Amino acid sequence: MIRMPAAALASGVFALAWAGAAHAQDKTLTLCWAAWDPANALVELGKDFTKETGIQMKYEFVPWTSYADRFINELNSHSKLCDLIIGDSQWIGGSAENGHYIKLNDFFDKEHISMDDFMPATVVAYSEWPKNTPNYWALPAMADAVGWTYRKDWFAKPELRAEFKQKYGRELEPPKTWDELIEVAKFFTGKEIDGKKVYGTYIYTERGSEGITMGVTNAMYNYGFDYDDPKHPYHMDGFVNSPGAAKGLEVYKELYKCCQPPGLTNAYMQEGLDAFKSGQVAMQMNWFAFFPGLSKDPNVGGDKIGFFVNPAGPKGQFSQLGGQGISVVSYSDKKDDALKYIKWFAQPAVQQKWWELGGYSAAKSVVQAPGFPASQPFAPAFLTTMGFMKDFWAEPLYVDLLLDMQKRVHDYVVADKGTAQQALDLLVQDWTKVFKDEGKTE
Amino acid sequence: MAVQNQADALVNRIAARTPGRLALQARGLSDRAVAWLFIAPTIALLLAINIFPLIWAIRLSFTNYKSNLGRLPIKFIGLANYANILTDADVWHSMQVTARFVVCSIALQVVVGFALALLINRGFRSHGFWTTVILVPMMLSPAVVGNFWTLLLQPQIGPFNYVVSFFAGVPPHSFSMIGDVELAPWTIVLVDSWMWTPYVMLICLAGLRSIPDYIYEAAEIDRASQWRQFWSITLPMVLPFLMLAVLFRAIEAFKMFDLVNLLTSGGPGSTTELASITLKREAFEKWRTGYSSAFAIILFVTVFGAANIYVKALNRVKRR
Repeated sequence: MIRMPAAALASGVFALAWAGAAHAQDKTLTLCWAAWDPANALVELGKDFTKETGIQMKYEFVPWTSYADRFINELNSHSKLCDLIIGDSQWIGGSAENGHYIKLNDFFDKEHISMDDFMPATVVAYSEWPKNTPNYWALPAMADAVGWTYRKDWFAKPELRAEFKQKYGRELEPPKTWDELIEVAKFFTGKEIDGKKVYGTYIYTERGSEGITMGVTNAMYNYGFDYDDPKHPYHMDGFVNSPGAAKGLEVYKELYKCCQPPGLTNAYMQEGLDAFKSGQVAMQMNWFAFFPGLSKDPNVGGDKIGFFVNPAGPKGQFSQLGGQGISVVSYSDKKDDALKYIKWFAQPAVQQKWWELGGYSAAKSVVQAPGFPASQPFAPAFLTTMGFMKDFWAEPLYVDLLLDMQKRVHDYVVADKGTAQQALDLLVQDWTKVFKDEGKTE
Repeated sequence: MAVQNQADALVNRIAARTPGRLALQARGLSDRAVAWLFIAPTIALLLAINIFPLIWAIRLSFTNYKSNLGRLPIKFIGLANYANILTDADVWHSMQVTARFVVCSIALQVVVGFALALLINRGFRSHGFWTTVILVPMMLSPAVVGNFWTLLLQPQIGPFNYVVSFFAGVPPHSFSMIGDVELAPWTIVLVDSWMWTPYVMLICLAGLRSIPDYIYEAAEIDRASQWRQFWSITLPMVLPFLMLAVLFRAIEAFKMFDLVNLLTSGGPGSTTELASITLKREAFEKWRTGYSSAFAIILFVTVFGAANIYVKALNRVKRR
């Protein structure tokens, strides 16, 4: 028997341990997303992945206002920063066509991940390019849409209910149409509640990134706005600037003028949360993603908060789609590990935990489970909204299209420039030029 | 002298008999070569970071290049970008907004800056301390100033509205300085002036301090009034300094971006959308690289041309 000196044995064990640790440290994935409440839930969820696989997770979270700028720059410059990216739904076209994301069809087939297990609207919005074709570039990760919160405690005040009934001849309830929304918002504006002057509602007005577009479409869709002629793609005249679309834009402006707290002329998600949490507004437009946090808020959460879906208009009921899919960045050196993460994330048990932690799963196993509507106070509104979501353009040149719309609608709604019809006519001109430059129209 | 000549001759003889490279070492480098050696790094740096990008931008301005679609072939489109820019109503709007901003902010800064310089020049008690206090804003980063004023002007919690309401008697929450179409352009002028008036003051102060006392003494002997002294001595002698301050500030104000981007992002609507903000949107949000290169060249030519005309006027004033 060969006797090994104790010191040599110890140093061997130490060397092995060190090498093991170094190897584990090597296995690190960087996931890029926006900095908001669900991102914290994802960090929590990711600990299970590390426990299962030994792969460490690193996160690169960027505030929403610079999220698109930052990560689209990273992708365009073929950066290796992100191994996994939870990219906005509108990026899918550009990222697929420019080769930023890897195509996941073969991987899904190999790992028996079926897109039929996810809500159809989210698959189309977050995973497919071209739309409505079975070409998948992402796994639906975070289902989201615009919804509304309201101060349930204010709506329940007997004196306010009586006053409202006398004035409008109906009960003070969460609005079901945009007409009702304006009435309720006007009713609350200027009232003194709990010793404070309050306003009817908060709606998006942000100019720099996507805010006002993500807000105004919730009115415009429901009054007849469409992106293009369903029979002639990219032909927008009479659809984008239809009389209904112009009416929807006017309605949004009316709501902004009558009932938005002063100063919120360039405001998006955070400003809405602040206005609602500080008891400044009776109703708030915002992404469902924030509702778990709001419902637990010590000042306005619990019994004080209620949720409702985007009200209907004369031409239907739609809600602006948000949310994102998770993709593997093609420039990453760790694509195999990144795919392991996607495989892990797609499991029904992980999706269930994702929902419980505050993320919004798009998996049917979670959303269509019998107990889902009762699982959270905002779950019924979310489930209903999943049935009528509509997304902005997801074309490779979506940024151009978005910035054009931001300018035209902000000019009209906030800066009082021209009429709604003029704003939308100019938008048609802008968008036609973008598609012409891209070679999609003559 | 003779010794020196002998030494030079010796060096030359030795150099003539030694191989070429060693001969160069023996003779040393010429003054001209040494001069070139010293300025070469600067020239190389200038070429790399100023001239080359400029030429590259000029080249790109004649193409349809979009840097987010680098896979597509770059097409030469002649003067189309320039024609599109010069016929675009939105571009003209942003140029008008820029011109108004430049004129108003410079006028305010010159008037207030000159007045402050006159005050500080009187040398009252603790004027050194007050000079330092006045100079603080221009020492801050524009990012800090932008965020700081955004908070001050916030209609719900910002103290600015409370101060205005105290004097004007209007409710503090009833108006928004950066959200109102009428007020926003004045707000960016106000904040820019708050930050840069000390700079104008500093240049004017240098001008005032350069006027010899004997001129004022002679004027007083001639019984010239204070007003007369101001118009006939102070103003003409400070004028070149003032004009220099206007030139520096005008160039800076013309390319103003950071402060306004933080305060209003060009809003409400496009009310405060300066040319630099439009350019940034085209270049780094829409990624229209060819188009934005042409726009940048137009802005460069505008500033360069205006500055040249102005410098000629300044020289004429100096000669007077």
